[in-house]
Amino acid sequence: MNLPQYRPDAATATRYLFFTGKGGVGKTSLSCATALILAEAGKRVLLVSTDPASNLDEVLATTLTNQPTPIASVPGLDALNINPVAAAAAYRERLIGPMRGLLPEAALRSMEEQLSGSCTVEIAAFDEFSGLIGNPETSRGYDHVIFDTAPTGHTLRLMSLAKAWDQFLGDNTSGTSCLGPLAGLEKQRAIYEATVNTLAEATATTLVLVSRPQLAALREAERTSRELRALGVGNQCLVINGTFETKCPADVTAQAMQHRGTTAMATAATFIASLPAFVVPLRPINILGVAGLRALLKGEDSTEPAHPPGSAHAPWTPPAMESLADLVADIEKAGHGVVMTMGKGGVGKTTVAAAIAVMLAQRGNSVHLSTTDPAAHVVQTLAGQVAGLTLGRIDPVAETAAYTAEVLSHQGGKMDAAGRALLEEDLRSPCTEEIAVFRAFAREVGQGTGRFVVLDTAPTGHTLLLLDASEAYNRELQRQTRSTQPEDVLKLLQHLRDPEFTRILLVTLPEATPVHEAAALQEDLRRAHIEPFGWVINQSLFQSGSCDPLLQRREESEHRYLSEVVGKHSRRTAWLPWQAREPVGPEALAGLAATHFQPAITLNTP
Amino acid sequence: MKNIQVYDPPMCCSTGLCGTEIDPELVRFAALLTQLGRQGIQVERYNLGQQPMAFVQNATVKALLDQEGMEVLPLIFVDGAVYLKGRYLNDAERETMTRAALGEKAGVTV
Repeated sequence: MNLPQYRPDAATATRYLFFTGKGGVGKTSLSCATALILAEAGKRVLLVSTDPASNLDEVLATTLTNQPTPIASVPGLDALNINPVAAAAAYRERLIGPMRGLLPEAALRSMEEQLSGSCTVEIAAFDEFSGLIGNPETSRGYDHVIFDTAPTGHTLRLMSLAKAWDQFLGDNTSGTSCLGPLAGLEKQRAIYEATVNTLAEATATTLVLVSRPQLAALREAERTSRELRALGVGNQCLVINGTFETKCPADVTAQAMQHRGTTAMATAATFIASLPAFVVPLRPINILGVAGLRALLKGEDSTEPAHPPGSAHAPWTPPAMESLADLVADIEKAGHGVVMTMGKGGVGKTTVAAAIAVMLAQRGNSVHLSTTDPAAHVVQTLAGQVAGLTLGRIDPVAETAAYTAEVLSHQGGKMDAAGRALLEEDLRSPCTEEIAVFRAFAREVGQGTGRFVVLDTAPTGHTLLLLDASEAYNRELQRQTRSTQPEDVLKLLQHLRDPEFTRILLVTLPEATPVHEAAALQEDLRRAHIEPFGWVINQSLFQSGSCDPLLQRREESEHRYLSEVVGKHSRRTAWLPWQAREPVGPEALAGLAATHFQPAITLNTP
Repeated sequence: MKNIQVYDPPMCCSTGLCGTEIDPELVRFAALLTQLGRQGIQVERYNLGQQPMAFVQNATVKALLDQEGMEVLPLIFVDGAVYLKGRYLNDAERETMTRAALGEKAGVTV
């Protein structure tokens, strides 16, 4: 497959550009590089991140806020970060602030609790988002507004909300609704309508689907493409980031990596041919800073040395790391409980969760493996393969349908037609999905008594929202005297905070961004009084012995991150090697988990 | 009966659906208000989470909140007088209110 290289063109680029794709495919790098190239071509560019776990600050070496901040090293480029959680906090303060001194403290506290829910977070983020698109005043003066959007599920919701809410407002007859937290919502109607129209306008908006040359990422891009097309977003293109052609054909690792990429792209050929598609070749170093971004799309290989200045050829002692099997042996001692894998999208949470579940089951335990990843073929291939292992899935669409049906059958039966209509209307609001998914999460965690439950949670931002929601739940429940809550929900936070019951593994790749995001996630967990059990470094090229120069440099660049994780962040660390073949099926997963880190082979950098 | 004013505790939506559990009384009450509104009775509903200013501006509501705390909510006024404090209507009260509204309406029509 011979695809052209991705190069944004200042002459033809639309005003709005959205980057979307599975977590970890490089949306931030590509949107930043695009913004950089357009700005350097003389355009005024605003770069917007809507990811709750954004690392835009790190990439641009600038501290960002929710207001446009000029990027010092790139004239013409401003950037801002919409953190939905921070946006919700600001929104809460706008409502509560003016009431201080006017209402009693208990009333203010109660308002704050109610406005801490997931609905408020979604609404506040969407409000900021549509303010930039639907309100021409806000983005006046910019030739291009580029969105580095959040992981796919969130992106879809954000975009489909524009349409769903618009219809919802049009149909709503009762005056009050779940959309209530946005006071004066009617006034925003024109802005929301303009947002929906702009997204569907091909001359105004381009959707850039970002993928890796991996089947799961390509399938996800295909699904997003289809869903957004159905929502009217028709001007789409595909960028496959990190294509690789080895310069050392004799090398097993390099060959396997190249083969894996070409096979995935051949399998997804029909989808790739269905829209304008481009590639960005794999780079030897991770993209940080303006120089790295420039090198990403300029087509030439970066000339930067693999060793950071001053440390070239310095001897490096690999830190002590365990195998995943070592961690599993300790997890097993409790006899039951919940294991959750967390981390940035694309680091292999589902694979690690599946490997842990398979090992626990093979050692004679009763295990339930549940995934929230819609593209989890790793899990699908385990069905009926391992004695003692059951599989579950948190499917947001199915959970929402089940929850809606449950509410209507419990409450709707006792009501007259008017009451039922009102209830159905509220059930159509976007908040329903958040609640349904949260209940499913609590249900799966509750399965961990007397057996093991292994969960791969959704990407970082969403995970945080889930935990935050469980905290709000707990406060709410304490206030209520009568409660008809399922036992699972009542016990959730208590379970999550019990280190003997819940073991959280932070999964990362040996690269800058995933390590720093996992470290930030660890801090957030500690603030919620949850201590991770350990870290898992996945897909390490260390010890691969590759003769491909590009892979050698990538391997060397891992050293500092292996040292950083073990030395600074984790109490115990499991190490997993990069796999020539995707680990699918029980044998491959158990084999992966049992692989030992053997630093004796390479003590110093070559 | 000409008008009803309801001062709700902070909540996401009128059916309480977005909260952590659904209160069936709340759902039925919301349906009743919709019905009364259709009969021409003026219904006003304020949510502390959304329209806190309405609670400050009504001297009775503010005084009750200051003296008795959050337990006074929900607060229901009928024709300007406090009708119910700290809970929604039960089955019997809803029926009475429906009959009152329909009766008056019937009277007007005849």
